[in-house]
Amino acid sequence: MNPLTLDTLPLRTSEDIVQMRRSTRSWMVEHGFSLVDQTKMVTAASELARNAIDYGGGGSARLELLTDQGRVGIRAVIQDHGPGIANLAQAMTDGYTSGQGLGLGLPGSKRLVDDFEIWSEPGQGTRVSIVKWR
Amino acid sequence: MDRIPILKVGEFLLVSIQVDMHDRLAMSLQDELTAQVVKTQAKGVLIDISTLDIVDSFIGRMLGNMATMSRVLGAQAVVVGMQPAVAITIVELGLVLSNVRTALDVDKGLALLQSLVNPSEGSNDHEPTDA
Repeated sequence: MNPLTLDTLPLRTSEDIVQMRRSTRSWMVEHGFSLVDQTKMVTAASELARNAIDYGGGGSARLELLTDQGRVGIRAVIQDHGPGIANLAQAMTDGYTSGQGLGLGLPGSKRLVDDFEIWSEPGQGTRVSIVKWR
Repeated sequence: MDRIPILKVGEFLLVSIQVDMHDRLAMSLQDELTAQVVKTQAKGVLIDISTLDIVDSFIGRMLGNMATMSRVLGAQAVVVGMQPAVAITIVELGLVLSNVRTALDVDKGLALLQSLVNPSEGSNDHEPTDA
């Protein structure tokens, strides 16, 4: 079944990160996820939204509802049009940062969700997709 | 604009973070807290995060900064009230709050601050110090 789009959100300011957290939380609650799963997904979404703003110069996010053989999942796709990531393997390493952060954003987010995919092309931007299954 | 109140309780300051913080609010809280530590000459700072439903790396870094800044200014800092789901999540995220003292709740946090600020209190080995 095709994913159902639940929400699309701009990612430009830190208020947009707050909105991303609220929307992700409310859809997780709506679809019956446990408190711990809600917290993990919202935290991962918050990290990735911040990356898109701080390193990607802003972008957008889309929340989707997935169904697969009776399973229900929430997917967040975070897209920016920034400089992209030249070395994805390095960016996925704990503690590696090109900026002011702690370097936990990408590898940490990956640990918090069930599915994690990242596409990045230098000069084209970065897109990250995360899924939590109930 | 939202503002996070900082309350003075005896020789301590109590900050209760009750809103979903955007970055500007977090930054202004750091500024306000350091100003209040200096102004009130507080001996300790209690940061209550019991109503925060997530701590991401940005908020974690901010908590660490507030603890370190307070310490540099002569005040001990304790973060209290972290929700269990938040604790599980930050460990998996890899966030290490190594420079932040924590306690389960406000009562235990106050007791910890008391013991840090007045280590001899409760024993008769020393003359009481100035209150």
